[in-house]
Amino acid sequence: MNRRSILKATGTITAAAVAVAAFPRLVFAAYSEKAFKNPKVEDSLSELFGSNATTSSGDVKLKAPDIAENGAVVPIEVSTSMQADKIAFMVKENPNPLAIVADIPAGTEATLKTRVRMGKTTQVTAVVSSNGKLYTASKEVKVTIGGCGG
Amino acid sequence: MSSIRIKAKERKGSVDVKTLMKHNMETGLRKDKSGKKIPEHWITEVTAESGGKVVFVAAFNTSISKDPYLAFKFAGSKGDSVKISWRDNLGKTDSAETVVK
Repeated sequence: MNRRSILKATGTITAAAVAVAAFPRLVFAAYSEKAFKNPKVEDSLSELFGSNATTSSGDVKLKAPDIAENGAVVPIEVSTSMQADKIAFMVKENPNPLAIVADIPAGTEATLKTRVRMGKTTQVTAVVSSNGKLYTASKEVKVTIGGCGG
Repeated sequence: MSSIRIKAKERKGSVDVKTLMKHNMETGLRKDKSGKKIPEHWITEVTAESGGKVVFVAAFNTSISKDPYLAFKFAGSKGDSVKISWRDNLGKTDSAETVVK
């Protein structure tokens, strides 16, 4: 806890309370809340894609560190040579595993780079949706300091 | 100043976009000094457009790191515009635009 976060927190608490009370549903209009606020990888996948039948595939490339010293910032990269329409990324033992879902319109390469938080050492999975099927690649990432707060 | 920084570079017909957004990405799990939980506050959606066409959409969860970084590639050329906009769970939005180099 540092000075900056305290200042920011006091400012946002009131705004957050008002907004959540006023628009409990509206804020989640863009995506499925059930998919994101879901403690299980399988259920989350079903909400997202309507199915949780996945196939492990060597065509899904997942880049993540073997050991993440700081769980608050774990760089990941997902790419595939397949014709993908969606890419999702899961961190198995986070409170809510689903971290990101990206829509890949035609003309956009199926590649995605970002940084995620990890609570503890666990398996991370990249999920690629291609022609109505789900393909995955997984990897175990060791975390020395967790980054999910608390 | 905008909360978004964008770099877009073209190579062989593919535009490499890197973007950094300034946002606290509060998970709702952290506690302040008095033990009260800090409410969630995070970017829920990021949209990238080029020449009025959507080229990339990402939905974030709270498990994306603070000050999110996002990189992707799309088919385009030098001089194209790239517009990135985000929206958070409190309904705040921001956007920024750049030209592909």
